[in-house]
Amino acid sequence: MKKLKQRSINKEDSVISISGLYKSFGDLEVLKGIDFKLFKGENVAVLGKSGTGKSVLIKIIVGLLKPDRGEVVVLGHHVDQLESKELNALRIRIGFSFQNSALYDSMNVYQNLAFPLTMNRKNLNKKEVDEAVEEVLEAVGLTDKLKQMPSDLSGGQRKRIGIARTLILKPEIMLYDEPTSGLDPITSAEIIELINEVQQKYNTSSVIITHDLTCAKNSSNRLAMLLEGKFLKVGTFDEVFDTNDEQVKAFFDYNFIQ
Amino acid sequence: MRNKYTFSKGVDEYFSGIHKAYLFTALFFREAFKKPFHLREVINQCFEVGLKSLALISLTGFIVGIVFTKQSRPSLEDFGATSWLPSLIGIAIIKALGPLVTALICAGKVGSSIGAELGSMRVTEQIDAMEVSAINPFKYLVVTRVIATTLTIPVLALYCSFVALYGSYLNVHAEETSSMISFYQSAFKTISFLDITTSVVKTLVYGFTIGIVGCYKGYHATQGTRGVGKAANQAVVLAMFLIFIEEVIIVQIANWIR
Ligand SMILES: Nc1ncnc2c1ncn2[C@@H]1O[C@H](COP(=O)(O)OP(=O)(O)OP(=O)(O)O)[C@@H](O)[C@H]1O
Ligand SMILES: [Mg+2]
Repeated sequence: MKKLKQRSINKEDSVISISGLYKSFGDLEVLKGIDFKLFKGENVAVLGKSGTGKSVLIKIIVGLLKPDRGEVVVLGHHVDQLESKELNALRIRIGFSFQNSALYDSMNVYQNLAFPLTMNRKNLNKKEVDEAVEEVLEAVGLTDKLKQMPSDLSGGQRKRIGIARTLILKPEIMLYDEPTSGLDPITSAEIIELINEVQQKYNTSSVIITHDLTCAKNSSNRLAMLLEGKFLKVGTFDEVFDTNDEQVKAFFDYNFIQ
Repeated sequence: MRNKYTFSKGVDEYFSGIHKAYLFTALFFREAFKKPFHLREVINQCFEVGLKSLALISLTGFIVGIVFTKQSRPSLEDFGATSWLPSLIGIAIIKALGPLVTALICAGKVGSSIGAELGSMRVTEQIDAMEVSAINPFKYLVVTRVIATTLTIPVLALYCSFVALYGSYLNVHAEETSSMISFYQSAFKTISFLDITTSVVKTLVYGFTIGIVGCYKGYHATQGTRGVGKAANQAVVLAMFLIFIEEVIIVQIANWIR
């Protein structure tokens, strides 16, 4: 497996910077004071139980949800204060891979991939679009699926096409929502490898949401544990799990006893 | 605990629903006249609307024409006034039945399919996926569909009226020999320019209603797959309800003008 390249990370240069972030839905408080920085070039895995607000967190980062309180700065912009034009300009620089892939099921694979490109760059000709599609399909290793409909793909293939669709706009930041959930261990390993290849080839910084420790360990430079609306621990794999905290230990034990 | 509702849960939700629908419609008018216009998608949707309902409209229009003529004949015969039959039929079909039958069929076929399509795109996060790739889903999905129904349904209604008149002609022709041309001539004899205008305005309004209601219900679908069915269902019920109200209002206004 292609291992994650450990690079020197400049702690000055943060691409995402979140402080004092709160978010609730009605009476349900989901995020209760998140402080977090993602530095340029690093992969950070966010771990946490189901329903702790991991998806909510990255949806706030791309501006799909609005924070109640707190600061969210992405590539130098306060996401919640942008006009729709500026927000769109920022979103092009962020790739968002959805938990359930969210492929457009009325379009085939080619159209799924070409759609974000043709909608955002009006001046491309057919050949340039074809080449871009070819390139990202090659990156995810599915060049033979060009004409298939999403409903005819397997779960793992859908995840790959979902990732390819975000790569086509050449993002600087990748947000992966549970890239390996619901996949067998071998396919998971392939997706992890893909995440690492993407980091190297496209030079991205990534947030990887997961509750799979193998994925977290192999795809990220740092981990963050999300527990009860806060980041309980942030650090390297060993730093986070070298602890006596019952809740963190429970997470660790559960993953490896299985 | 503080009381969250101004009146009660039901009443509050009712009024906030109306407010949301109003904002949705207002947003349509703001977005509809801004670039990009997605002309190709509008044309696609026009074909969708037309092809989906053409067979049913042909059949229903034809049968309505025959049956209506058959049923009216005896009462006119009592007065020895069967020669008025074509103009009676003309008034009934062009002014009332054609537009209404078309609108109800399209509310059922087109409204429900728009509701279900957008609903499933919402709950599977395809709409969010568009948003994060810097595509305005409201423009691409809602504006194009509403324009398509608004433009297509008047054409379908016109077609429906002609098919119904043809059905009626066949019935008339079976009883007494009359040429098709003289039948159509007498059918249109008592129809004024105002009548035609009213019918066209009516069908434009119905088309708009079917599109905007279907999109509104689908766009705001919640609760997973159950929500998709609910959205489709509510789209039909609400569209039909509004169509009847609009029918009464427009006929009333036309009478004042006359
Ligand atoms: N749009 C919304 N409206 C209301 N509640 C929401 C909304 N989105 C999320 N929630 C609630 O916020 C909580 C966190 O949801 P989230 O999807 O972020 O969980 P998660 O950590 O991603 O879980 P999973 O691992 O199962 O994906 C859940 O209790 C959910 O019910
Ligand atoms: Mg989630």
